[in-house]
Amino acid sequence: MKKQFTISVFTENQIGLLNRVSIIFTRRHINIESIAASESEVIGIHRYTIVINEEEDLIIKVTKQLEKQVDVVGAFYHTMDEVVYQEIALYKIPTTVLVAGGKAEEIVRNHNARFLAVEPGFTIIEKTGHKEETQVLFNELEPYGILEFVRSGRVAITKPMKQLKEYLKELEITSLNN
Amino acid sequence: MEELLLEKVSTITGAQAVVQCLLAENVEVMFGYPGGAIMPVYDALYDYQEELKHILTRHEQGAIHAAQGYARSSGRVGVCIATSGPGATNLITGIADAQIDSTPLVCITGQIHAHLLGSDAFQETDVVGISMPVTKWNCQITKAEDIPTVLAKAFYIAQSGRPGPVLVDITKDAQFGNVDFEYEKCNQIRSYVPNPKVDNLCVKEAAVLINEAKKPLVIFGQGVILAEAEKEFKAFIEKAGLPAAWTIMGLSALSTNHELNVGMLGMHGNYAPNKLTNECDVLIAVGMRFDDRVTGNLAQYAKQAKVIHLEIDPAEVDKNVKTTVALVGNCKASLKQITALLKDQKHTRWLTNFKELKAIENEKVIQNETNPLLGDMTMGEVVAQINKITKGEAVVVTDVGQHQMVACRYAEFNQTKSSITSGGLGTMGFCLPAAIGAKFGAPQRQIIAVIGDGGFQMTIQELGTIFQTQIEIKVVILNNQFLGMVRQWQELFFDKRYSATEMVNPDFQTIAKGYGLAANKIEKRSDLEAALKEMLTHEGSYLLEVMVEKENNVFPMIETGASVSDIRLE
Repeated sequence: MKKQFTISVFTENQIGLLNRVSIIFTRRHINIESIAASESEVIGIHRYTIVINEEEDLIIKVTKQLEKQVDVVGAFYHTMDEVVYQEIALYKIPTTVLVAGGKAEEIVRNHNARFLAVEPGFTIIEKTGHKEETQVLFNELEPYGILEFVRSGRVAITKPMKQLKEYLKELEITSLNN
Repeated sequence: MEELLLEKVSTITGAQAVVQCLLAENVEVMFGYPGGAIMPVYDALYDYQEELKHILTRHEQGAIHAAQGYARSSGRVGVCIATSGPGATNLITGIADAQIDSTPLVCITGQIHAHLLGSDAFQETDVVGISMPVTKWNCQITKAEDIPTVLAKAFYIAQSGRPGPVLVDITKDAQFGNVDFEYEKCNQIRSYVPNPKVDNLCVKEAAVLINEAKKPLVIFGQGVILAEAEKEFKAFIEKAGLPAAWTIMGLSALSTNHELNVGMLGMHGNYAPNKLTNECDVLIAVGMRFDDRVTGNLAQYAKQAKVIHLEIDPAEVDKNVKTTVALVGNCKASLKQITALLKDQKHTRWLTNFKELKAIENEKVIQNETNPLLGDMTMGEVVAQINKITKGEAVVVTDVGQHQMVACRYAEFNQTKSSITSGGLGTMGFCLPAAIGAKFGAPQRQIIAVIGDGGFQMTIQELGTIFQTQIEIKVVILNNQFLGMVRQWQELFFDKRYSATEMVNPDFQTIAKGYGLAANKIEKRSDLEAALKEMLTHEGSYLLEVMVEKENNVFPMIETGASVSDIRLE
């Protein structure tokens, strides 16, 4: 059965590695739901958060293929209940709908969204949450006219996992004795 | 060699640094083709023609297949070099071949100046991007100072763990730039654990399974050769009396005449090991990856058996076949550990099953193929005749197709690293250049290239490389005037609709003559033995064209989607 999984990949900072990582999915015709990359708490180590809808058996194989890449420090997969995650969504709507006395402003406040910028022509709103939550806000604002919408990839922190620094120390020893 | 290596630190150009790195890695021969973006390196090579032999092939594909042949016959890293753009893209087939067959290669490509990258400059190609899916690792260098560390890493990655091809792309300005040269071999990369340590508990568990097995079957692949574990492997099977069957890549790791060698696995393999895969109680896979050509339909593959997998690449474990116990690590180590725990056994009754099925195959297929009395010559009898003369001592390099299956089925080998073929990728055109490389990798050995008329013409230009280098290669063309394997499938599965498989061939003898090669062509069985003897005793390279039956089929055969136990004899 297909389920949603979050894969965390820790890598050295090497040009082209994102390509190497994504090839592992594309060659098996797996769609990446979302991907986010940034530097981790350890300088020089980057982390990718990849969301995939697939069967666990395939996720295991893909994780091993990721791990196999020379510059990949480690790859781990987790089910939804093993991670705490967020996404950020930005909405651009006409400022006129806010000042016209309609319900738009109330909707934004009810969702605990923030006003990031207000210009005469448009207003930019930010909401952080799970996809379902940012989607509800989208649906409610849609009748007022959404000029632009963007949602980030998921960033996730896993509940049970070794500290990256400890993991790196162990790896340093295993790779040396090779 | 020592005096050639530069004093500790000195300032040299990036191109000179490339040459110094190759010398430091003890590279003696490389295969390549020059062009604009790699000219500085070629200029640097000019001063080292004695120490670092460069073999000029006639096409970059020839260069990389030669590097593969070199790696396979010598067990060392093959090195090839090409220019940017078309030079680099012409390497891709060979890189993909080396990746799927785990061949250690370092490929060096020139690249346009760094400031022009991405501008569609003349002969610019994103070779790092293109080669990414088919390299173990690759890297672009834009600064001369990075050359020593990156090349050291490249050699380390190519040959450690499960070997594979590495590509290093060097911009022209990096080749021209200066570097304070200092070379240190790489022996560790933090994110890379090439040789996982074998788990002792798993070894014990596996030994118990083998000791208790009534019908054990060992299936082995190239992992045995790559780990140089042939001795350990032989001791392992001999101690517990284990019948052992090989994948095409494992051929020659165990002498073909060894009493426990029960033959070839897979689509055109032998009857007994395929049939009995679905009867064994413990299946022990050593350095092989359960390729679909070996397993047939996975849903009906060895379902009754407990599976033990000795494998260096963790990603291969449970990829195609679920294992009961996996020994992840170098099989040279794990074989030794496990053998120590094995009971002496013979499994005489179980081995009789193999003999009985072999007798059936012998009568229905092998006799007719290797010793036909009537009709046109067969590929099998040519190979059998070669065996008689070489006594299993030669290196046999094959291309892809019917002749490859026949040669691998019937060729006899007494020593390892003797069968060189394109297994995983099935690259037609592999044979001739790979045979050239194999000769440089094992100069003291007799190299016989067995090629079909189709594959020969895919890299026929490499006859020029043989001519220029004056090396000794024996080329046997098994000419059936067809792309035989495709034709066989058309006959069996496409109502004999021979779409684009019949070949109108040129006069190969005349072509050979143009390249200064001795040549002969035979059409009669009565000429075969003498012609082969003449070829094999001839000093220098020789091309022998043998006209064989046009519409012969390779059997046994496991049809696509069928189970290994449904192997057909006719």
